[in-house]
Amino acid sequence: MRIALFVTCIADTMYPEAARASVEVLERLGHEIVFPREQTCCGQMHLNSGHVAEADALARRFGAIFGGYDMVVSPSSSCVGTVREHYGMTNVFELSELLVQHLGVDDVGASFPHRVTYHPTCHSLRVTRVGESPLRLLRKVDGLDLVELPRAAECCGFGGTFSIKNAETSSAMLDDKCDCIEETAAEFCTALDASCLLQIGGGLSRRRSPVRPLHLAEILASA
Amino acid sequence: MTSFPEAAHVELANVQLRANLLNATDTIRAKRAGVVGEVPDWEELRDAGRAVKADVMARLDEYLVQFEGAVEAAGGHVHWARDADEANAVVVEIARGHSVSEVVKMKSLTTDEIGLNAALAAAGIHALETDFAELILQLDGDWPSHILVPAIHRNRSEIRDLFARTIAPGIESNDPRDLAEAARVYLRERFLEASFGVSGANFGVAETGTICIVESEGNGRMCTTLPNVLVTVLGIEKLVPTFQDLEIFLQLLPRSSTGERMNPYTSLWTGVTDGDGPEELHVVLLDNGRTRVLRDAVGRQALHCIRCSACLNVCPVYTRTGGHAYGSVYPGPIGAILTPQLIGVENAPSLPYASTLCGACYEVCPVKIDIPRVLLHLRSLVPHRRETLVMRVVAWLFGGARRFAVAQQVGRLLQRPFVRGGKISRLPRPLAAWTSSRDLKPVARETFREWWNRR
Repeated sequence: MRIALFVTCIADTMYPEAARASVEVLERLGHEIVFPREQTCCGQMHLNSGHVAEADALARRFGAIFGGYDMVVSPSSSCVGTVREHYGMTNVFELSELLVQHLGVDDVGASFPHRVTYHPTCHSLRVTRVGESPLRLLRKVDGLDLVELPRAAECCGFGGTFSIKNAETSSAMLDDKCDCIEETAAEFCTALDASCLLQIGGGLSRRRSPVRPLHLAEILASA
Repeated sequence: MTSFPEAAHVELANVQLRANLLNATDTIRAKRAGVVGEVPDWEELRDAGRAVKADVMARLDEYLVQFEGAVEAAGGHVHWARDADEANAVVVEIARGHSVSEVVKMKSLTTDEIGLNAALAAAGIHALETDFAELILQLDGDWPSHILVPAIHRNRSEIRDLFARTIAPGIESNDPRDLAEAARVYLRERFLEASFGVSGANFGVAETGTICIVESEGNGRMCTTLPNVLVTVLGIEKLVPTFQDLEIFLQLLPRSSTGERMNPYTSLWTGVTDGDGPEELHVVLLDNGRTRVLRDAVGRQALHCIRCSACLNVCPVYTRTGGHAYGSVYPGPIGAILTPQLIGVENAPSLPYASTLCGACYEVCPVKIDIPRVLLHLRSLVPHRRETLVMRVVAWLFGGARRFAVAQQVGRLLQRPFVRGGKISRLPRPLAAWTSSRDLKPVARETFREWWNRR
């Protein structure tokens, strides 16, 4: 199948490994990935910060670039939530839901012999509603030891500009999230959003934690 | 009003408060999840609750007049109050007319909202709070930090010390049962002497003029039945059309609120009855900004709130900062959308931003108020000034792929002095807010689009 990649501004700039891994996984499964070069940002930051005129312009731009594709994939549930729930772009899917719910694949032939905990990001749970898809994929990864995260469904404190505007509250939430992650004794904490992984990874790095952040796509691309 | 981040700064420093709060809210959350899970038609109940409230908002004018007629037909008096001052003046005048020096009050957010106790005090009348937690706060000059559990930020040793100084000299035990007994002994005498009661209301039934309150302690039943005169301050959004509609809300409220199948006391009264309860009944219908909220098609769903506090207990922000950071009697997610609308967004511009938009509140709201959506809407109404300029520049950069790629390259150059060992640990303002507690992943050596082009 021909699938367009919506890389997202954050993954493009700071987490390209997650996007590259998404391409690898889908190509390995025999799909053709195209990258519409005009893409930049979906406008979520503007929308979520109350700058509606700018968000509208970016939404129109997004529609013009991606509207013509049958299927668009993205390594970010939050951005998918924005374009699908707010812009009505029903052809855009987060990687794990695309694989499991639309391509009918839960075993991508990956091997990752490590202890891993999964943080279900807020928007993957409550906006994009990916359901069990990421867990089904993780359970099929060869050698992977999946450990449950305590208080998993609680926000990591990122929240876009919230992390700057309310930095102290954001950090308090992050502290608790990092405590829970460390409690699992996992080697890696995985999630579906580069943005939340920036926050979680930043917190773990600051406390010199042995746990490392890793996007789900990177695990699925490991052979 | 102190901004949310400033107020949160103070509250977050209180490590004990955070621990207490997480403990208490975890307990209520678990109870709620249990009793909600056992209702097979919970989602349908939520939909029904939302539908009834939406109908009330759409026809509020008709229902209010119908309610007024029904209350008066049953022998009660109805007063209309545009704002807090008018409502307070009505209550003070009624109290003066009866020459009382003390009124007994049940827990009521609405009377807290209008500052009724202070208004009565200015007229030389003492308002005695009879809810256990409200009494604690009143004795200590403190104010509520939670809709349902107003003293959630206090622990029992603090309360024992307070009681020893005030209503129960010599008390040594900090056992909750002994503390409750001390309050009960103190309050029982005051109830028996009381001639004037003040209440809020959970629901007002337009069809019958009935007022309904739900509570746990029974003090509300005392306040509404023992005195000769009863004044109920009712926010105009609290109406339901028919008596039967209560069936929906009396299921939704206790399960969402205290995590109980049914609350211990449900009191309903309609007008006055000879030889039974108050001889004189007044109802003050309070606007105080509600009609302003009603005018906003997106924001008006905030008026559907039945004050259960489920959204507070699941909110990752509230459970860290506590209620005082919200600077209003309505804390938590519901406060973040209600307060700015009641007093004007320009007067509480930081409240719509006191959320990560995680959506946990919407998930538990018994009347399905889409709090994240209202937050977004209110954010668009906040006057932004300086931020607008920055956001415009960023939007311009996002306006073309070539510009964006150049911005990525510039970012990579600018970050150079700050990258150490593959991470950024210190940045100048305003990004210092990030690096004060977190490292930052730098702009990648090769962005995705650079990789794609090379491929």
